[in-house]
Amino acid sequence: MSPIMLELLFRSLWETIVMTAASGFISLVFGLPLGLALVATARGGIAENLAVNRALGAVINGFRSVPFIILLVALIPVTRLIVGTSIGTWAAIVPLAIAATPYYARIAEVSLREVERGLIEAVRAMGGNRWTIIREVLIPEAMPGIVAGFTVTLVTLIGASAMAGAIGAGGLGDLAIRYGYQRFETAVMVAVVAVLIVLVCGIQWLGDRLVSRLDRRG
Amino acid sequence: MALVHRGLSRRFRKGTRMNRHVSWTPAETAADSGDVIRLADVRRRFGETAALDGVSLGVRRGEILGIIGRSGAGKSTLIRCLNGLERPDRGSIKIEGREITGLGEAELQPLRRRIGMIFQHFNLLSAKTVEENVALPLKIEGWPKAKRLARAAELLELVGLSDKAKAYPSALSGGQKQRVGIARALAASPALLLSDEATSALDPETTRSILALLKDINIKLGLTILLITHEMEVVRNIADRVTVIDAGRIVEEGPVWQVFATPQTETTRSLLSGIRPQLPDHIARTLSSEGSGDVVLSIDIAGPAATGPLFQDLSKAFPVGYRLIHGGVDHIQKQPVGRFFIALPAASTAGLVSFVERLGAQVEVLGHVADHA
Repeated sequence: MSPIMLELLFRSLWETIVMTAASGFISLVFGLPLGLALVATARGGIAENLAVNRALGAVINGFRSVPFIILLVALIPVTRLIVGTSIGTWAAIVPLAIAATPYYARIAEVSLREVERGLIEAVRAMGGNRWTIIREVLIPEAMPGIVAGFTVTLVTLIGASAMAGAIGAGGLGDLAIRYGYQRFETAVMVAVVAVLIVLVCGIQWLGDRLVSRLDRRG
Repeated sequence: MALVHRGLSRRFRKGTRMNRHVSWTPAETAADSGDVIRLADVRRRFGETAALDGVSLGVRRGEILGIIGRSGAGKSTLIRCLNGLERPDRGSIKIEGREITGLGEAELQPLRRRIGMIFQHFNLLSAKTVEENVALPLKIEGWPKAKRLARAAELLELVGLSDKAKAYPSALSGGQKQRVGIARALAASPALLLSDEATSALDPETTRSILALLKDINIKLGLTILLITHEMEVVRNIADRVTVIDAGRIVEEGPVWQVFATPQTETTRSLLSGIRPQLPDHIARTLSSEGSGDVVLSIDIAGPAATGPLFQDLSKAFPVGYRLIHGGVDHIQKQPVGRFFIALPAASTAGLVSFVERLGAQVEVLGHVADHA
């Protein structure tokens, strides 16, 4: 591979990392509270409110049912409003984050829902309020699942970011399509796939390590 | 003693601390008199079934009250009503003289800090160390970290687990987990400890050590304990009084030794069947209501009446001879509780029954054995 191709590969890797990290971070910041809200407002939850629960669920399902490539295009006005432009790496972060947030909210919801009810009851019995329950019980006890779910979300984002090439965001997927596929440069295709495998394995390995360190359930 | 003083001084400080929480003040200032808990006609329905169907009871300061019943009798609902985790449909619940049924969640929170609770499955937080678990009620009360960890260390010493302070609950045995649960329940110096089947998941030996610890705490700290269980053995070991509930109603109550000696209802008898002497099955099977064989009867005698020379008196009065089939004397709350099965010729039965009843015993004629049984 030529030095120019190599430089292109590194630049694309960087773009993928930026898109994944930024949208992953945003999905964590918004998805986790959303997941908490889903669990708290569900039947028997610490802030039971079925109307809110159903409304939240409907919005989340709505976003999750739109294919990402469509969301990418449909959100262009929103992206332009937030970032100021509708093309490029930073512009891709908006639709990626908006797609990943409800996805991660559902994953976090599952982990939070699996926290034993007895633990919540024990903290209520010692006089804790809802905030105490969230801070001392729900989040710490669900932490292994929250981290494992975040790892899954990051890997999914790497995949989704390949489509961001459609709005000129660059990244590894874009490189593979334009050089590897459309220009028949098999070496580029192979190199991109190899880099992606290493990237995904690395993230998964880090996530797994973190989970096993956090998991005290024995 | 150190613990008692600490508890008192902390309560004293409470008034001067920043008012982060609404504090709970008992209605009676002379709270040493009167009942810690008083329930009047408490009812709670779940759909068609009445979990609590008019329960009235009182728990005196410093006593251990055992509430026993089969699963589904309403025990859990009852205990959960006491700290407001469950709300009764009607009736009155007074804790330290204050009515709690009308209180909202925010008003219940300071009350709950006055009530410790331990659970069947311990409910320790897996992500926190032992000392963090014990200190959690104090964190909720707003204690600074150094102080709450010092208090946790004290409590872990009380329950004999000082060396496990930094361990996580998953590294502990069931008995150790329950000891941590007890330490955590005591952290905020509660006036009352609720025990929800706390030994039901433990083996018999561990159960005994946990019960001994609870009794010890009851005596050392003067702590009122209300425990619910389906095991009579638990009640027998540590309770002062027992309340038997069935289908949401109280069917029997009294000092433990009296209830054990003379159970009045079928529910109580059946709950007691595992730990009171029973007529051996192979004999019970041969009994018939009529016949010429010897009569088998049971004698229940307890308390002061059981301290006399019963069998010597019997031998003198009935030289015809009787046979002791089965039985023995147990000691509950330092009171002798005797239960015997004897067989004797049918002709002497009436005389023996009235003789023994005059001594203060309860006699039940169970039937005739087949000849020469």
